[in-house]
Amino acid sequence: MADYSSLDIRQKSASTETPPAIRRQQEVAKLIDVSKCIGCKACQSACEEWNDLRDDVGINVGVYDNPHDLTAKSWTLMRFTEYENAETNNLEWLIRKDGCMHCTDPGCLKACPSPGAIVQYSNGIVDFVEDHCIGCGYCVKGCPFNIPRISKTDNKAYKCTLCSDRVAVGQAPACAKACPTGSIMFGTKEAMIEQANDRVVDLKSRGFDKAGLYDPAGVGGTHVMYVLHHADKPQLYAGLPNDPKISPLVAFWKGGAKVMGLATMGFAALAGFFHYVTAGPNEVEAEEEEEAIDMKERGARRRDGGEIRPS
Amino acid sequence: MTIHTDVRDGEPHPPLREVKAETPEIMYVPRYSGLQRVNHWVTAILFTLLALSGLAMFTPYLFSLTGLFGGGAATRAIHPWFGVALVVSFALLFLKFWRLNIPNKDDVAWSMKIGDVVTNREDRLPELGKYNAGQKGVFWGQTVLIGVMFVSGLMIWEQYFYEYTTIETQRWALLAHSLAAIGAIAIIVVHIYAGIWVRGTGRAMMRGNVTGGWAYRHHRKWLRQITGDKPAAGAKPVEKHGP
Repeated sequence: MADYSSLDIRQKSASTETPPAIRRQQEVAKLIDVSKCIGCKACQSACEEWNDLRDDVGINVGVYDNPHDLTAKSWTLMRFTEYENAETNNLEWLIRKDGCMHCTDPGCLKACPSPGAIVQYSNGIVDFVEDHCIGCGYCVKGCPFNIPRISKTDNKAYKCTLCSDRVAVGQAPACAKACPTGSIMFGTKEAMIEQANDRVVDLKSRGFDKAGLYDPAGVGGTHVMYVLHHADKPQLYAGLPNDPKISPLVAFWKGGAKVMGLATMGFAALAGFFHYVTAGPNEVEAEEEEEAIDMKERGARRRDGGEIRPS
Repeated sequence: MTIHTDVRDGEPHPPLREVKAETPEIMYVPRYSGLQRVNHWVTAILFTLLALSGLAMFTPYLFSLTGLFGGGAATRAIHPWFGVALVVSFALLFLKFWRLNIPNKDDVAWSMKIGDVVTNREDRLPELGKYNAGQKGVFWGQTVLIGVMFVSGLMIWEQYFYEYTTIETQRWALLAHSLAAIGAIAIIVVHIYAGIWVRGTGRAMMRGNVTGGWAYRHHRKWLRQITGDKPAAGAKPVEKHGP
């Protein structure tokens, strides 16, 4: 969204400068308790409302997901999965509110080539600063959760901001405020983990042995976390990654390849320079000019001298 | 009586001939036509623009290069179009020169003596046709790398082609595109340096010709072919090049 002067920046895309950080801000987190979600989509409405977005009216293809996918104008989306649990013989309706996870180690920020187009505030929120966005789509490749979308209108990347503008002034995100069942909670990350642990104990007592908190370590933990009844199988929830981490391709491209690339190009130039100062230029000698003229004359004589050559 | 002030007006007048007689005689051998030079330089200019705009998006240290193209978003928008133009321009070069760049036995012999090549011991090298193995390496290297960059570039052209490949494929494409670009830039650095190091080469692409001595020194088989001279006794026959 934008820069908020009351939010310090911890990391900035494509930047080697130390971002300002005079404040000590607590890490915040949104906890989504999937076991309490009723799929009402109030969060989606609240998100559109607060961020003043109106997505295009789509087509119903017979599933509850509406819209079908995240878009530049739909930053959060309820994804519905019908799961037949073989152990209990129950049909479980798993509804996961999808959107940016606000990773501690954000792949989008790592991939972004434009200084300051993606920032991570010291409270953990990862935010896109569209003003600096160049629309290359690198963040899309960097993200392990497939969240950012590039708008066809302005060629800029958009995603959930965790309502950084609301959080900056001490408010909870719009979705958390709108949730009628308290499935979406917001607070310090510490408090949210504590809350999640209570919920996990409760779920386990109700027969969900594998209930647990989804705060994947592969991306350094996230600032949007889930309480899952089947934490051992996150992929059940509309393909939530089991062990998300920044793709090794992206990590190499933005790490080793960058250093190696600059070194290779620099080495080529230096090698040339030092070759020149040692071996020196390769110059044509005067005798060679004469040899060439002799050769031309020999050739001319051969042509004129009655030798049979195809014309 | 007409006084000629320019050789192009007619017969060179006596004083000019006298001056010429004092300087050593040099013959010039045509190497590239005007169209070929234009084709080469259009490609070179596009390559430079692509390298500058591409490096800007490759590393934050060089992001300021986007200023040359009107900012980050403008750089992102124009870079692929430069690429499309370069592919067209390079394709014309390719069609014109691929036959002359087919490797042959002389290239193996030349490559084995790379130590003599870099120490300017031309006298120990085999006679060569229009191109040596280094020049052929530049040609085929650029052909392959430009091909890789074109295909991977289409995959990561977010504005028009984002939906045709998976994100995982695009990650591979980004890496391939970057590595190919590094290779291509390194090759071009060597290509430019070779033009500085081997004196007399520049005029081939600027003026279209080289001196006879240059051709004799570096591409004697080619010169023999042009002058209609036969190779010295014992040497291999002149190779027929191109149409």
